[in-house]
Amino acid sequence: MAIELIEGSLAIAHGAALCRPGVISAYPITPQTHIVEDLAKMVADGQLKTEFVNTESEFGAASVVLGALAGGSRAYTATTSQGLALMLEVLYNCAGMRLPLVMCCANRSLSAPLSIWSDQQDAMLMRDSGFIMGFAEDAQEALDLHIMGYKIAEDERVQLPYMVNVDGFLITHTFEPVNIPDQKLVDEYLGSYKPFQVLDPANPITMGCFTEPAYHMDVRYQMHKANLESTKVIEEVAASFEKKFGRPSGGLIRNYKLDDADTVVVAMGSITGLVEEAVDTLRGKGQKVGLLKIKTLRPFPTDKVREALSGKKHVVVMDRAMSAGYGEILGSEIKAALYGTPNPPAIDSFIYGLGGRDIHEDEIIGMINRPNPGTHRSEWVGLRPDLLEE
Amino acid sequence: MREQILKYFKQDKLPHVFCPGCGNGEVMHAMAQAIDELGWDPTQILIVGGIGCSSRIATYTIFDSLHTLHGRPVAFAVGAKLANPNLKVIIVSGDGDASSIGGNHLIHAARRNMDLTLFIVNNYTYGMTGGQYSPTTPLGSFTTTSPCGHVEEPFSITDLLVGAGAPFVARTGTLYFNELVKLMKLALAKNGFAAIDIFTQCPTNYGRNNRLGKPIDLIKTQASILVPKEKYDLLEPGDRVGKFARGVIQDVEKPTFLDHYRACILSTRKAVHHE
Repeated sequence: MAIELIEGSLAIAHGAALCRPGVISAYPITPQTHIVEDLAKMVADGQLKTEFVNTESEFGAASVVLGALAGGSRAYTATTSQGLALMLEVLYNCAGMRLPLVMCCANRSLSAPLSIWSDQQDAMLMRDSGFIMGFAEDAQEALDLHIMGYKIAEDERVQLPYMVNVDGFLITHTFEPVNIPDQKLVDEYLGSYKPFQVLDPANPITMGCFTEPAYHMDVRYQMHKANLESTKVIEEVAASFEKKFGRPSGGLIRNYKLDDADTVVVAMGSITGLVEEAVDTLRGKGQKVGLLKIKTLRPFPTDKVREALSGKKHVVVMDRAMSAGYGEILGSEIKAALYGTPNPPAIDSFIYGLGGRDIHEDEIIGMINRPNPGTHRSEWVGLRPDLLEE
Repeated sequence: MREQILKYFKQDKLPHVFCPGCGNGEVMHAMAQAIDELGWDPTQILIVGGIGCSSRIATYTIFDSLHTLHGRPVAFAVGAKLANPNLKVIIVSGDGDASSIGGNHLIHAARRNMDLTLFIVNNYTYGMTGGQYSPTTPLGSFTTTSPCGHVEEPFSITDLLVGAGAPFVARTGTLYFNELVKLMKLALAKNGFAAIDIFTQCPTNYGRNNRLGKPIDLIKTQASILVPKEKYDLLEPGDRVGKFARGVIQDVEKPTFLDHYRACILSTRKAVHHE
């Protein structure tokens, strides 16, 4: 193992390359480009033996990796935002065909208005797709989630694609010390890809075939059930990963100073690092605050969330995306998870950081200490009144 | 002259974001000059851009503008033209935007003969995302996604459009500014789908990746690539490799989509109402 100070995108490229995908296909889009360029360089330098195709669109890239998986090869792609939106038709097919793709999304806002900056609105397009969705906190976890992603996706109990979400720019374009595992360890851990079904002229099958109403619902149920039940595999993989590579990473949820906390912030992605600082600041002032990090949004870790938030007085949910016409997304899922539990906490939800809008520690402290806990629903933080005046 | 050109741009949005030595400035200038020489009313012009460096040109002009999704300006322009056929619709797109991700819209707009004018600013690379290979990247050249040299053959966008049925197709480069203005005027005045493949320089990405020197050196390479159409036609097939015809490639008259559509409406009315 070697610790190197590298850009998040290079860490992600290492994560993908260590898993030895047979086919990589992508289309350039900011802020995903460095990931694919780093992979292209590894291929050109002879460090990575794979078929690398830069296609004519994201739709083409997603189609290439779907075909590669159907043909029995491990495959990889990366995209973001508008590119993800363009891939969507293929990605839903990929999940429905139960093909264990691993893809990275450098989370970015969706148009219009056009913005290349970070938020998690694009990821929400995938919420109902059947993909397993992990969210990285930093470059190290982004790398680790690639290895764990293949392990989870290819597990015979799962057989579903895995999406590694990383905040665009905040993770992809910043430099951090990253522990790059030895190839030998990753090879031992992952093994070679053994597809449970493959296109083979000697034994022909049809993938993605037409289903009449007598079949469709049942097949969709099987996919949903596999996704729900993958919580067990995700926990197993997080444990085996920690044992093999010597560091905790991924999983369903992670706690920070949660046990004795009265107030808990719930957040996902790179913001959790900043929330830790806010927690420490408030603890220094005697306030019992903790943090619950959502590491996996799908399958939604309902049981774990209930367990973690049971007995808490106050929960503050931070959403870096919104459902137009409703508001909170993560907020509503946390509320739904706690519905019907005894003495549920007061819950506030906040929408922050859309389109790269900066957020500071004092704003997070402000969310935690808003007067009248439990009365703030989908409150937008950091809006500019000067732009909103009629 | 300067004032005459500047009046077509939003002064408060200048200076533009293009890199020093980029060809987008020449294309913007030529377009404004062509419109000025045609004497068109700026309020009757819609300019549509996609995503990419050249697509940003649309955001600097004083015309109504539609900044669309990557690859989709032609499709959006088709809709705008159908909604208001009196509009003069200009599309500014790049090689990646128009011929890669948007290639399908391109060939079908040409086939339908929608009355649109398309300027494809062709710098052989994806400049905005940092210089990846595009469908017009020459075989063997270096980009960030072909660090050992590109292994795919490029499109000739004009051949593609002639094949798709576009009535007006032309090509030139930023080296030939006066020819560019002349061709733009022809394309703008054309009744039907009119496109110009404009070879241009990307010193920041394509130029650096291929060690082609200063912007001026990059512009000069066009002299060895672009051959006047009359001379190009006389070349042996073997001598045409790596070269492209410049000038008017195709100029024919044919009914536009709207001509056919109006005729259809009239004949249906006649049949139904015995007019």
